[in-house]
Parts: sequence; structure tokens; C-alpha cells
Amino acid sequence: MRSVVFYFQVHQPMRLAHFTFFDIGTKSSWFDDAENARIARRVAEKCYLPMNRQMLAAIRANEGRFRIAYSVTGTALDQFERWAPEVIESFQELAATGCVEFLGETSHHSLAALASLDEFDAQVIAQAERIEKLFGRRPTTFRNTELVITNQIARRAEELGFQAILGEGADQLLGWRSPHRVYRPEGCEKIKLLLRSYKFSDDIAFRFSNKEWPEYPLSAARFARWLAELGPKERFVGLFMDYETFGEHQWEETGIFRFMRELPRACLDTGVLDFKTPRELAAELDPVARLDIPRPISWADAERDLTAWLGNQMQKAAHDALYQLLPDVVRLARQGNSAPYEKWKYLSTSDHVYYMCTKWFSDGDVHKYFSPYATPHDAFISFMNVFDDLARSVRGPSDVAGEPLTAK
Amino acid sequence: MLGWEFPPHITGGLATACAGLCEGLAKNAVEVTFVVPRAFGDEDQRFARVLGCNEVDVEEELVEHVEVPSVRTVESEPREVRQRVHRLVRRASATPPASSVSTVPEWPMASAYATAEEYVAWLASLAPERPASQEETEAVVEVRTELVAQPPRTELFVERVEQRRKVSKRYAFNGFYGPDLFGEVSRYALCVAEIAAREAFDVVHAHDWMTFPAGVVAARKSGKPLVVHVHACEYDRSGDHPDERIREIERMGLEAARLVACVSHYTASVLQRRYAVDEGKLRVVHNAVTRKEQAERTAALKHVPEPIVLFLGRVTFQKGPDYFLEAAQRVIAVEPRVKFVIAGSGDMLPKMVERAARMGLARHVHFTGFLKGRDVEKIYSMADIYVMPSVSEPFGISPLEALALDVPVIVSRQSGVAEVLRNALKVDFWDVAEIANKILALLKYPALREHVLAAGRDEVRAMSWDERGKKLREIYSELVR
Repeated sequence: MRSVVFYFQVHQPMRLAHFTFFDIGTKSSWFDDAENARIARRVAEKCYLPMNRQMLAAIRANEGRFRIAYSVTGTALDQFERWAPEVIESFQELAATGCVEFLGETSHHSLAALASLDEFDAQVIAQAERIEKLFGRRPTTFRNTELVITNQIARRAEELGFQAILGEGADQLLGWRSPHRVYRPEGCEKIKLLLRSYKFSDDIAFRFSNKEWPEYPLSAARFARWLAELGPKERFVGLFMDYETFGEHQWEETGIFRFMRELPRACLDTGVLDFKTPRELAAELDPVARLDIPRPISWADAERDLTAWLGNQMQKAAHDALYQLLPDVVRLARQGNSAPYEKWKYLSTSDHVYYMCTKWFSDGDVHKYFSPYATPHDAFISFMNVFDDLARSVRGPSDVAGEPLTAK
Repeated sequence: MLGWEFPPHITGGLATACAGLCEGLAKNAVEVTFVVPRAFGDEDQRFARVLGCNEVDVEEELVEHVEVPSVRTVESEPREVRQRVHRLVRRASATPPASSVSTVPEWPMASAYATAEEYVAWLASLAPERPASQEETEAVVEVRTELVAQPPRTELFVERVEQRRKVSKRYAFNGFYGPDLFGEVSRYALCVAEIAAREAFDVVHAHDWMTFPAGVVAARKSGKPLVVHVHACEYDRSGDHPDERIREIERMGLEAARLVACVSHYTASVLQRRYAVDEGKLRVVHNAVTRKEQAERTAALKHVPEPIVLFLGRVTFQKGPDYFLEAAQRVIAVEPRVKFVIAGSGDMLPKMVERAARMGLARHVHFTGFLKGRDVEKIYSMADIYVMPSVSEPFGISPLEALALDVPVIVSRQSGVAEVLRNALKVDFWDVAEIANKILALLKYPALREHVLAAGRDEVRAMSWDERGKKLREIYSELVR
């Protein structure tokens, strides 16, 4: 038997309002609530609710043989609670079937793993508790923000009690090895690494609606046959993707819902495929080899590295400034004033630095599609003004005239 | 190629852009003969042959009417005669006599069959009253209405007989934009018609309205396709109150052209909106900067510690100096250590000086007046931020120069340069709070400054006239088979 392992990422960032230098110290809120509410409701209508209904129907129709996993970020949960509570209810319904696993990650979809392991621990534990409270089971599989992984991050997840961690099946990581087997990162004792099969994942997430693609239009039966016809040593296929792929990135008119409706049956009908959650797969399979991941690997872009978040000076400066303030907000929180720390965590969401990406400025459709800003510079300016607002409230309003200006 | 100025004799960006295009065309194996009103003899002719109309002998056919006694039969039907007559009067000090008159019809506005001579005459009729000079050309319009009712009869009468003769003359040109600009524009057209008759070429390419009449005439005379190039139109210069004569010349040129090259998509949209130019005729050729401009660096000459925010350009409505002042006021309110410099002159300058004083900014805003040559480089080298808050800027090359000299730039979205420069901070010209916000961001967040400078310099380096010349060549080959 070969297992199909579906994991869907559910994430919405708390987008910042256009925040100018003149707003510093004068505005009570940083966030564009109207826009966040609008997007949360729209994506709920177009994707989360109809897909959840469909997944539930598939689980019931196949009597539990269809199994999937989700990771829902804390910032997304916050928004559902405020603007689309029925989404949480529908995830709870899925959880109740016993065929759905909810993964662990950082509460705020942050890059804390790269900057502060203490903050990383805090966010991962907070998220695990919240998931357990909402969906009844503490996560045992970990996925880091944007699937960013290193030996060290895997080791930390292991120390926090996770039994499996997800990663990108990147060429530079695997070389000649197959992404369809279980590995163990260097320096780890127990944790199992399940990799994303980017070929098959992207067939669904990106190529499905591309009319130039020779395989267009892709049928569930053909896709199932591809998976069934893999070599005998290919033990599973990790199909990891954004949940917004369904109905938001690929509209309903592309036939993506129908494809997903037919896929469970088509796979099971091959007789050689079944479905497992990451937890189930990790319990069943042992690692075939160790993988060394000295440098961060992510699931983003062709590079599969960090350059979408920390590629230019603006991104690095914003990231550095944010984590330099962390000890101050943590100290205040210990003294009983937790408001700055809570606000800080929303700034730690990786999307804020992603909006500053200039990597594909010229043809950056992907990045632009997701950004609420006209330019990366605007994203940086708004973020830094908000950050300045926080920093002043934490460190006390400094003497403005005494701050250095950048000049020749 | 027809242009009003050519380096080194320049008043603005037009000449630089024309020379750049010539360079780009030369690199793409297109030969250019560039005709200016007045050649000084020291023009850079590496990439184009430069001809001055002041050096051209113009062959002109003058039409005189001689009165000869004759006999004829006259019909008796009574009829009303209403005639509109244009007379082109040429006054010359010696010959021909002032009574020498030729009759030309009114310029048929949209007709494609009008002749070059008609066009010139029509153009002359647009010109304002001005003192007659030696080679003066004037058109007089008369409308006559008569009722004629007579029996047929034979009568003796005086017949006016046409006599044509050729004269050769050479016009004088001031060049640039003097008080007799319209006169020069029509004389330029006459000379270009002459040049068109004897030069070999495939395309007529005319830059901005001053050369449009000449372009139309040259294209008609030669039967070659006309391309007009819009670096700025009357609405860019004058907002909602265009000079009707210029607007009309622009309209005629845009209509007569087979293709229209624009310096930006922004300009293309203005031409569509204001002149109803067919979208299919519009092609965008952005400006670039030459290698030499990029290489020129002046060592930082700054001798004040305060950051300097620079406005450089004509102090006119189009350039938005008042928005600069408004933004300055907001910045000063939170950060009084910043200096603002307005470099340039123009009709709004006195008003701006007064306004700055009224706003309490006298200590913070400095006016340098008109700058040129080394002083321009000097002020760039002193500046920490360059702001171009133009209300309407067809292209605007100065932000590229500023970046090449290590000055980060904030440009209005209502500019062509905003289309090609990704690492400029962009604002709407009227959004003064946002201009101030971005000035402060550049001053407060070094990473922003470093990023836009480094990435912007790379962008400027990648912009070359070679590429633009290639684009232009493609446009020509659409017309030349």
C-alpha cells in the first residue's frame, strides 16, 4: 500500500492599516479591521466552508478511509472567531470524525525559529494548547511557518514532544533521494521527517487550471493513476498545499472542487493507494536515512529558501528591529503589562516581511497577488511606523529631536 | 528627424532625449538627419547629421497677378455670391510688390488631401499679430456677399493673369522659444519642406508640437509616413487651460501621424483622453539616461549637518512646488532639523517665496533660483532626498539623474518615470501627508534608504538608449516595408 498524505495550510494574517509617521502615538489600532473582516468572510464563503463540507462528505462517503490534515494558524483562528465563527464549527465537525489531524505550528505564523528559540517555544506551546482546546487533541506533528526547516528547528520540535515534522522535498536537500520516503534530520533522535512532493502537490495547487499545461484538464482518475504507478519503494506521497488553493487561488469554475470530490474514490479504486494523516504515517514507517539540513529550506518560490522573507535590506532591518524589541515586551509582560507583547506577536507574522519582498518586482505576480500594498517600500514604511509606535510605547516616548536622522 | 533643439544648446529635457534617441537609433543601424531651426555648428554629430534651417536656401514660388485687358460674355441670372477668401500676402522690402497676392482656400481641417503649401498658409493664419518683418507672411481673410443680376452681354474687362516666379531666400531663426515662436514654427515648416524635397529618407519623425507642422508638410511632400513623438503636450504644460493655437497644432499633428510615440503610458492616456487619439496608433518609448550622465559624480559637497530635501525644476504649476511646501510644513512640525531646498525658477516662484514665509517656513525652506551645469550636480550632491511632486509629468528624467548621484527619490504617480523606476517611492502629488510620511521614512529608516539607492542605481544602469532605439526601430518598421 502507498499512502496519500494530504495536509492543508489555513492562514490569514492580521493586515496592518496604512499607518503613516503622523499616526505614531495617536492611533489606537494598527490593523485594517474592515479589510481583514472582508477577506476572512470572502475566503470563508469561497473556500473554507464549501471545502470543509466537501471533505466531510468524502470522509463519510468512504467510511473513514479518506483522511486528511490541517494546520490552522492562530491569527486565522482569531479572525474566524471574530468574523466567521461558523468556520471553526465546521473544522470541529471534521475533527469529530477522527479522520482529521490538526498540526502544530507557531501561533502567529512567525519566523521565531530563526530569531528566538524562546519565543518559538512560547508560540508553539500556545498554539498546541489552543488546538487541543478547540479540536480535542494535542498536535503531535509539527509544521513550521512556510515549511521552514533546519536540523536545529527539527531538534527543537522533537524536544517539544512532536513525533513528526513536515518539510519541503527540495532538490537541493534530497539530491538523488526520493521525497516519498521517511527521513530523520541530522541531530535528531526520534522525530520523523515527512516531505512534500512538490511535483504532485503543484500539479493540484498551481498547474491544475493552467490551459498551457499538456495535462490540462487533469482528471482525478489520471492523477490517481500517476500516484498508483510510482515505483514500489515510494511509500507515500505528501500533498501539502494552501487550503486557499480551493476556491480562492483556483476558482470554482476551474473544476477544482469537482476534482477533489472525485479524487478520494479514484485513489481508493486503484487498490494500491490509501489515505493517512501525518501522525498515522509516522507511526507506521521508520526513517530510511538521515538528511542534513544545515541551511533553512522553505516551500516558497523556485529557490526554496528564505529570500522571500529575509532577502533584502528592508526585510532584514524590519525583522532585526522586531526581535531586538522582544526582550523589552517580554519583560513588561512578566511585570503584568502583557498588551505590548500581544501586539508584538501580531507583528511577528511572516506576511509582513513577505510584503516587502522585491525579488520578483518585475514579474512578481505571486507576491503582488497576496500583498495589500502598492509597493514593497510602502509595506516597509507602514510596518516600521507601526513598529516605531510599539517601540515608543515600550521604551517610553524618546526625545524625537535626539534621534539620529539618516543623511549624507 | 525634426526637433526644436539639440545638445549642447538646450533649455530642458527635450534636447537630451532627442540626442539619446539618435544615439539609440545609430546603435540600431538607423541613419538620422536631425533638423533644428538654428544650428550653431558645434552640435554633437556622432549619431546624427544635424541640419539647421538657418543654413537652408528656400526656393519659393511666388504668385503675382498681372492685369490684362480682355473681352468676355456675362450671364444674366441674378445670384447671391458669398465668398470666403484667404489671401497669402508676402511682403518683401524690395521685390515683389506688396500687391502680389495669391488666393488659398481655408485649411480643410481633417482632409488628407491638402497640400503642404496650404498647410503652411493655414498655420500662418494661426499666428498672432506681430510687426511685419522682411520675410513676413500673413493671411488675410475676407468674406464677401454680393447680389449679381444682369443680362448677358459682352464686355471689356481687366483680366488678372497669374505669373509665377521663383525666389531663393534664407530665413533667420532665433531658435528656442522667443516671442515670435509661432512665426518661427511656420518658417521652420517651409524650410523643412525644402529639405524634404532634396533629402532621401524613409520616415519623418517630429518631436513635440513646434515641429508637427513641419512634419506634416515633409510627410505630404515626400509621401513618407509621419511619426510624431510627444514629450509633453499642452495639457501637461498648462493644466486645464491650454493655449488653443498650440492645442490645435498638436491635434493636427496627432491626426496626420501614422503612429504616435509617447514617452510614457501616462502620456499615452492623456493623448487618448484629451485628443481622442486612436489607441492603436499609440506606442510607448520611455526615456533613458546616457552612460555619461551616469558616470558623472561629484564628491559630496555638503557642508550643513541637517538633511536636505530637494525640489529641482521649473517652479511652475506643472511641477507642483506648492505640494512640496505643504509636505515641508508637515515634516517640519515633527522634525525641525530638516532643510528644504527649492532649486529653479518659474512663474510661481514669487508666490512660493511669499507662501513659505506665510507658513512660517522661512528658516527651513531655501530658494536657489535657476541652476545650471555644475551647480545642478552640486545641489544633487548636497541633497539627501529628491522629491518630484509633479501634477503632470509626461516622463521626468531628473529622478534618474538624482539616483545616479546617490539621492533617493520620491516621485508622483502622475509621471512617466514612475512607470519605469520601481525603486522610487511613489505618491499621489496631492497627498501631501503621504509625501511627508515618505520623507520621514527615508530619514528615519536607513534600510529603506540603502535599499532604494542600491536597487535604484541598478535599475538606472540597466536603462539604455540602445533599448529605446531598438523599440523605435520596431515602430519604424511597422511603417516601412
